[in-house]
Amino acid sequence: MSSFLQWLSTLPPLAQVPIIIVAFLALIGILIFFIEIAPRRGRVYTIARLAACVLIPLGILAVLESYPVAIIAAGVLGLLFFWFDYRSSEGAGYLFQLFGFLAPAIVLLAIGLVVPTIQTTIQAFQNARGDSFVGFDNFVWIFTQPQAVRTVLNTIIWVLIAPVVSTIAGLAYAVFIDKSRGEKYFKILVFMPMAISFVGASIIWRFVYTARPADQEQIGLLNQIVVWFGGQPVSFLSVDPWNTIALIVVLIWVQTGFAMVVLSAAIKGVPAEQMEAAELDGTNAWQRFINVTVPGIRSSLVVVLTTISIASLKVFDIVRTMTAGANNTSVIANEMYTQFKNFEAGRSAAFAVVLFLLVLPIVVYNARQIKKQREIR
Amino acid sequence: MSAVTPIDLPVDEEQKKTLTRGERKVENGFAKGTKRRLTSRGATIAALVIAVLWTIPTFGLFISSFRPANEVRTTGWWTIFSNFGLTIDNYVEVLGSGNSQLTLAGAFINSIAITLPATAIPLVIASLAAYAFAWMDFRGKNMLFIAVFALQIVPIQMALVPLLQLFSRGEIFGFPVITAFGSAGYAQVWIAHSIFALPLAIFLLHNFIAEIPAEVIEAARVDGAGHGQIFFRIVLPLTMPAIASFAIFQFLWVWNDLLVALIFADGAVAPMTKLLAEITGSRGQDWHLLTAGAFISILVPLLVFFSLQRYFVRGLLAGSTKG
Repeated sequence: MSSFLQWLSTLPPLAQVPIIIVAFLALIGILIFFIEIAPRRGRVYTIARLAACVLIPLGILAVLESYPVAIIAAGVLGLLFFWFDYRSSEGAGYLFQLFGFLAPAIVLLAIGLVVPTIQTTIQAFQNARGDSFVGFDNFVWIFTQPQAVRTVLNTIIWVLIAPVVSTIAGLAYAVFIDKSRGEKYFKILVFMPMAISFVGASIIWRFVYTARPADQEQIGLLNQIVVWFGGQPVSFLSVDPWNTIALIVVLIWVQTGFAMVVLSAAIKGVPAEQMEAAELDGTNAWQRFINVTVPGIRSSLVVVLTTISIASLKVFDIVRTMTAGANNTSVIANEMYTQFKNFEAGRSAAFAVVLFLLVLPIVVYNARQIKKQREIR
Repeated sequence: MSAVTPIDLPVDEEQKKTLTRGERKVENGFAKGTKRRLTSRGATIAALVIAVLWTIPTFGLFISSFRPANEVRTTGWWTIFSNFGLTIDNYVEVLGSGNSQLTLAGAFINSIAITLPATAIPLVIASLAAYAFAWMDFRGKNMLFIAVFALQIVPIQMALVPLLQLFSRGEIFGFPVITAFGSAGYAQVWIAHSIFALPLAIFLLHNFIAEIPAEVIEAARVDGAGHGQIFFRIVLPLTMPAIASFAIFQFLWVWNDLLVALIFADGAVAPMTKLLAEITGSRGQDWHLLTAGAFISILVPLLVFFSLQRYFVRGLLAGSTKG
């Protein structure tokens, strides 16, 4: 595997793309073939299944160049699995098919997300080199160092401002353009920033914020406006605490489009009869909006707010590109990366854990919602 | 992390109907039955103001990227008519600049080479798993599905460093398990992106695959098709639109990503976002280069967005309206 990948990396970049995709699809094709023949009766198929059960795990570990012990263990586990499958109550081959479908995803998730999450949690209680436990020292450091406390506070400011402002702006815009002429084009204009990367958006806004000395012509639009109104140019990205607001504006600029599209669909879905009934009752537009539209789309509002909250908690690219955390603008995700770059593995992990704890309530709430939905069915 | 995330959180049944109804109205065109304009003049003006505010920053970048370097440095882009001059020199220069290992042109190629496999691989793996979650029965299915769903909200920051250690040293919990392939080109970025995409992809695709009528699957089974054939011949073709709309998201997500690239794509394999962020740090006042560079990097996502807009909106709502 590693030698295949080494060989692959010597090819020109664009030649690697078709090779890796074709190789991957071929593997999946073989897998689907085995899944298809797995439940068939007859000695040939049983032997084929046995061979697949033993050879596939054995082969994968061999290709990954693992240790001989591990490779043999994989083969033995495969054999065990074959026996379980053979005795399965749904008939021989059922477990095999189930595994064929699920195993690639589950194995990757386990290796790539579950195990690392556990490792990071452990690392958060270790020192920078990861060779001894230091208890809660890293967390104490986060919540006592002024710089680190500021980082956590900034993240909270992001979560408090960005979701609310983008949702309100998106909702207002969705209502204003509802059923107006050229609604489609209005939508595209506000929606477009969503396709732009945070890095691109950051450069766009850095340009808007640029400041030059007062005696020279301004090239940043915002400072030009300030000067037109007779003010002095301000260096928006270095004046604490307003620089954090300047960064939040970028996220709002991006996320408003998202809020607008979702809420616009929700508004259009509010039954027309309800609106007409309210109109007959002699209510004005504002009353109709507050008493009919908003209750009708409440659940969508919650979803939009939560989604943008998660995005603001994890915000990284904007801070990284615009200030790299200078002048008290750092947030948790950025600090996690900075500490990692400074070889402070323990503190970096501790920041990641704090971030995880902040999103945990959202995870739990939504997991329960899903559970409820699935129980209804 | 990219700007685009489909909404993937559950809403209640009532709201699901509302959203679906609204989505249908959006797709069928708005004009039908609503010829009468309901919005007031004030609302239209407010909408116009917001639209202009939202567009001007991008517009300024676009104009500036075509102005001569000296003009960009000394005059505002809104004075383009009094200080007239258009050039493509900025683009030529920025494509050739970068760091010692890589130019922006090379980074553009890298972005393509990273994005395409990192879009295809997770989609295939996720659709396999989504099929099992939708159409196969096993004990603990609900629990496993909820666990996968919950994983998508877990910040990837939790996984970055240990995963890097696995790639670069072949270790899990400090024990060597595989031969490291960390330095082998794009491999680790592909794998990292594929893994991080899985939870959301499985959840969304499951919602679509579960919507296929049971009779269709049953009929195929009666005709003697096994799960492999049902998946390949029936489920895949029927869910192509859903796969396409998720593919757009994954494409944009990977193309626009910075965090994963910073950790897993070093040196000569870095994508454009990483190089641009670097240039912004080192040459932050060279606006003629930054504007042109930024515009190159947002060109591809904008093209994808404008040509496939319909799928984009549909995919955005899929997590809540389907399933």
